[in-house]
Amino acid sequence: MKLNRRDLLGLEELSREEVELILTTANSFREISERPIRKVPALRGKTIVNLFLEPSTRTRSSFELAAKRLSADTVNISASSSSILKGETLLDTARNLQAMKIDAVVIRHASPGAPAFLASKLAVPVINGGDGIHEHPTQGLLDLLTIRDKKGEIEGLKVLIVGDITHSRVARSDIFGLSKLGAEVRVCGPSTLIPREIEKLGVRVHYNIEEALINADVVIVLRLQIERQKGRLVPSVREYRNLFMITQERLSLAKEGTLLMHPGPINRGIELDQEAADSAQSVILDQVTNGIAIRMAILYLLIGVHP
Amino acid sequence: MKKLIIRGGRVVDPYSGTDEKLDILIQDGRVRKLEKKLDAGLREAKTIDARGKIVAPGFIDLHTHLREPGREDKETILTGTKAACHGGFTSVLCMPNTTPPIDDESVVRFVIRQQEQAGFARVYAVGAITKGLAGRELTEIGHLVGAGVVAISDDGNSLMNSELMRRALEYATMFGIPIISHCEDVSLTAAGVMNEGYYSTLFGMRGAPAVAEQVMVARDIILAEYTRAHIHITHVSSKGSVELIRRAKERGVRVTSDTAPHYFTLNDSMLRDYNPNLKINPPLRSLEDVEAIKDGLKAGTIDAIATDHAPHTQAEKEVEFDAAPSGIVGLETALGLVLKELVEPGVLSLPDAIRKLTFSPAEIVNLPGGRLQKGSPADITVFDPRPTWVCEPSDFLSKSKNSPFKGWTLRGKVECVLVGGNPVIEDGEVTSSTA
Repeated sequence: MKLNRRDLLGLEELSREEVELILTTANSFREISERPIRKVPALRGKTIVNLFLEPSTRTRSSFELAAKRLSADTVNISASSSSILKGETLLDTARNLQAMKIDAVVIRHASPGAPAFLASKLAVPVINGGDGIHEHPTQGLLDLLTIRDKKGEIEGLKVLIVGDITHSRVARSDIFGLSKLGAEVRVCGPSTLIPREIEKLGVRVHYNIEEALINADVVIVLRLQIERQKGRLVPSVREYRNLFMITQERLSLAKEGTLLMHPGPINRGIELDQEAADSAQSVILDQVTNGIAIRMAILYLLIGVHP
Repeated sequence: MKKLIIRGGRVVDPYSGTDEKLDILIQDGRVRKLEKKLDAGLREAKTIDARGKIVAPGFIDLHTHLREPGREDKETILTGTKAACHGGFTSVLCMPNTTPPIDDESVVRFVIRQQEQAGFARVYAVGAITKGLAGRELTEIGHLVGAGVVAISDDGNSLMNSELMRRALEYATMFGIPIISHCEDVSLTAAGVMNEGYYSTLFGMRGAPAVAEQVMVARDIILAEYTRAHIHITHVSSKGSVELIRRAKERGVRVTSDTAPHYFTLNDSMLRDYNPNLKINPPLRSLEDVEAIKDGLKAGTIDAIATDHAPHTQAEKEVEFDAAPSGIVGLETALGLVLKELVEPGVLSLPDAIRKLTFSPAEIVNLPGGRLQKGSPADITVFDPRPTWVCEPSDFLSKSKNSPFKGWTLRGKVECVLVGGNPVIEDGEVTSSTA
């Protein structure tokens, strides 16, 4: 089986079948990371460029490990080391990379649509590693894999996403992916951080965290980007904590056995308290492990040689 | 000077209400006769065969960026005025956001001299309201008017200081010129790159809400009412603004307005591909706004159609959406869009559409053109409203090709353009300049 597309730009444009295919493929790759020799030759001879023009530790290293476990060669380019600092345009950077004969580009960029822009100009697959506040498809997929792994089935689950929805690419990818697989999605956060007309994406909006948590099967907590608030969107961290922080006590309002997720990095004591973050319900580290499997699956499906 | 006759065309002059088949005799740069059948005995005259064509006053664009001085890589006064004529415009108002800006007489004189040397469309300069477009101190508006400016505007640098706007309006009334206002409360648009709404949520782009326009439209109307000055709201893009202007007109405020073809043609759902040629300020709005703009044109709330011709180089536009500058070229697609989007579906009659491209803009800034009368300047556009054509920006005479209409089928071909009685376009091609 192969994905019938060249690029992975977002979950919005994927069909349910494509999402299922990626999850199934990722599931079969999970076992590789458990072996004593964590490497298979599937992508031997392929070269993947990680073009990370915005800071990232987790996603970049996850892509790199995924590529290496499939025996691909990787090159990492970050904003501070690239010729973009010397005024080179994104297009020229990408064309130069392509001229070096590579097989795929993973791009992280602050501008929404930057991966789509590259994909329209390059002949090799482009994988979106997070574009501004738009999408973070591999994060959305690893969240789906984690939920499916723990809950068996996504259809019918009540999933709550808490925090800054407006500026979250994770929230968008989660909403698209979860809705596609039949989950019921709710969002909760300060009204200044809920984007306009989000109800049209098929989600329910809550402003009261206690109400939002009722019967939730899964709670996805987003990072509060403190540096972004500047006293305009949220008056203070103290108030945010009091109104929206997920605590062990609040979590008890959700369904028993609810999963607690977070895309990281966590601001402990701001959006998530210490106790909840480290509780038995937390599957935050499973998300990280599953991230590698998802990225292996994407790379394999997009550039692997399929019999 | 040589005589010229335009024969057999349907003469549409909304100013006088003329709409009939007439011959026009032109001599010494002016219209001398309009008659059903101009007699022979004019054998020495050059004849333009306009049978089956529309003969209209030359179009007047209230909002053009010619980029010279400063950004001659995007456009020059020569290429911009050539493009104007190619699109049927015989006069353009050039916006002051050049480098240096049109904030003192020397720059006005430079612009006028460049236009004279180019010899295509007439150029009327719009002066800056504030020095350096910086929003702090008024320019020497009286001197600017003396040098030839017909209006003042800080255009894209929306004048946020309300006291300064009030003083500028008061001061401008002495000279009988309007202030052209790009209405944008920049504290509300902040980092926004597209219209805020469902599609900005879906596409994950930062939103600039339509209320940022409306807040300023409301402020400017209130200040114009108070100072009894003439405010002209340019490139109206949203339903709420149309409504504010409609109500202001009803109570007698001296407010006029224009919109650009993209605001009655394109909407925010089209940004799915993050095409930088759809990045415009104000941003493309919702379908509901597009309908309101059409209604506003139909009801006369929106007086004129202007292009907001904003050339940018391919290198500047061939970048990620956030990094691209705002604006699209429009001089060579305006007529095609007006005919296709407004006249063909019956939003405007042909004479009403022509009025919004000719007499209405002329009246707003007190220009002598925009009409086809005995004695009026022979700025004339002859076009065939029937043929369709596929828009290919590489055919534009503008130096820049940043158009979102590439590949669109548009309607209507400019055949012949006269500026001051001189044919600068014949058979749709540039012939010679008047210089």
